[in-house]
Amino acid sequence: MSTTATTIERAVPPQAGPRAFVHRLRDGDQIAHIITLVFAAGILLITSLLVYELWVNSHLSRSKFGWLFFWTRTWDPIFDNFGAAPFIYGTLVTAVVSLVIAVPLGLAAAIFLSELAPRRISDTISFLIDLLAAVPSVIYGLLGIFIVVPLMRTTIGPILIGTLGYVPVIGKFFKGPNYGVGFFTAGIVLAIMVVPFIISVSREVLLTVPREQREAALALGATRWEATWKVVVPWAKTGIMGSVFLALARALGETMAVTMVIGNDPKISASLFAPGYTIAAVIANEFTEATGDLYLSALIELGLVLFLMTFILNGLARLLIVATERGGGHPA
Amino acid sequence: MSRVLLIWRKSLNVLMLTLTGVAALSVVSVLFLILGYLVWNGGRSLNWDFFTQLPKPVGETGGGMANAIVGSLKLLLLAALMGLPVGLMAGVYLAEFGGKTFSYVIRYTTDLLNGVPSIVIGIFAYSLAVLPVKHFSALAGGVALGIMVIPITVRSTEEFLRAVPGSLREGAMALGASKWRTIATVVLPAAKGGIITGVLLALARVAGETAPLLFTAFSNRFWSPGWGQPIASLPVMIYTYAIAPYDDWHRQAWAAGLILLALVLVANVGTRLALSRGGAGRSV
Repeated sequence: MSTTATTIERAVPPQAGPRAFVHRLRDGDQIAHIITLVFAAGILLITSLLVYELWVNSHLSRSKFGWLFFWTRTWDPIFDNFGAAPFIYGTLVTAVVSLVIAVPLGLAAAIFLSELAPRRISDTISFLIDLLAAVPSVIYGLLGIFIVVPLMRTTIGPILIGTLGYVPVIGKFFKGPNYGVGFFTAGIVLAIMVVPFIISVSREVLLTVPREQREAALALGATRWEATWKVVVPWAKTGIMGSVFLALARALGETMAVTMVIGNDPKISASLFAPGYTIAAVIANEFTEATGDLYLSALIELGLVLFLMTFILNGLARLLIVATERGGGHPA
Repeated sequence: MSRVLLIWRKSLNVLMLTLTGVAALSVVSVLFLILGYLVWNGGRSLNWDFFTQLPKPVGETGGGMANAIVGSLKLLLLAALMGLPVGLMAGVYLAEFGGKTFSYVIRYTTDLLNGVPSIVIGIFAYSLAVLPVKHFSALAGGVALGIMVIPITVRSTEEFLRAVPGSLREGAMALGASKWRTIATVVLPAAKGGIITGVLLALARVAGETAPLLFTAFSNRFWSPGWGQPIASLPVMIYTYAIAPYDDWHRQAWAAGLILLALVLVANVGTRLALSRGGAGRSV
């Protein structure tokens, strides 16, 4: 409709220089245009200022530690020695655990909603799942502390140690003392928090797969499941990947729920049951207590790292989702 | 041989399809689990004092969160005052005035801002509004939440303005109205319902934010008059009370959690129902 508007604008006969300017101002169109433009440009300004502030305020830490910041495993405010390794490790591990749980669950639910459920039921369930995405993260943290942590200590933990702990390769991740808080608990809570995003985006993407694709597969004698798994899902593959990246970005940046259940201990441990720390959690916990300038600067550099991680992932996710919804996806 | 294969394929079909249903149901049941648990635990702890009393000192039982409830409302007001004008105007720009390249840049930046983790927004608001004056304040908390309101409002405003049929614009212009008059008196009123919905959802979302408030608005166990002092808010109170070792505080954390969740869910369900009745038929 913006094209129509431009046509009408152009239909006004051209007038002499200054008179035309006054005429247009009297109409107010230019003024309205400029005012809204200024506000829109404000968003650009705010975002650039955000990057600038993070960059400038982390200067002390960047110049002192350089790239070593990412490899150093100590976090020692007393001797002003700061390294990000334990936090980056914790952030990645919790995010991976959450995806390992959330992706199969979310994809299965999305398949049910797009392929099997009648439209009305599918819409109702999707609405409820969207509500799940609206629950504030501090409430997930509250439930994490009082439900998931005790459950982890008494039931889930011992079961996993007793079974997966003896599997050859992955066994070492499921060994060691079980405190209830730790990487795995944070991963469970994160999984619940990101699964709505995977479901709603994957469902949208699956719904854009042309009907003919399903019908052709069924006509060739495929069962419903084979048609879904071997034709529909590969078609939507790129978009589903996009939803996973989106979920990953949210999992990396999630603060409160993780802070409340991860145990807040800056260590790198192979065991998923050990307490750890994430970037967002250490900022939340220590920012107000950061007394020295270098301490504060190191925390802000962690914020910068987190910003860059989510920035890259969100960009990738958007590209993938747009590519599929434009029909660029094709069976592999 | 082929019979066995057929039976295998058919049972795999039934098994996997059932599993997808189970997955969907279990995710939905998490919502009801959360609701039920909060209503059960929070409902028992909720009483009149919760809404009218200040927090009691450590060790004394009872007390409430009156200051946090008022604090959250004040922070929301600040967020609305700071974020909504930018969000709404930018939304109008994108839908009605925007060219190609610049609009694309704005849209991309908005998405980028939307994806910034809330804790990073907190650091940003800290360096804008706390560092220069050297103390935490309600204002700084408002800045943090206001920034978070912007991207959500922009996208919903643009979407609902675009849903207004072009014939309405053409009709107004054919009657001789200028473009801004058309927007102000025809297009915006037509999209009113949707835009208000978007605003409410944006506010509902930031109402539950904790991380950006931790080092901007901080917290306060007393009333916080004016806008220049640290101020309590429901989410931060839930956090502090939940990680504290006192049973009475846990009880109150549940009560506060119930209030917060009720607020957020009512806003979400209410606006959705209003929209579907209004016939706009679009979700945000």
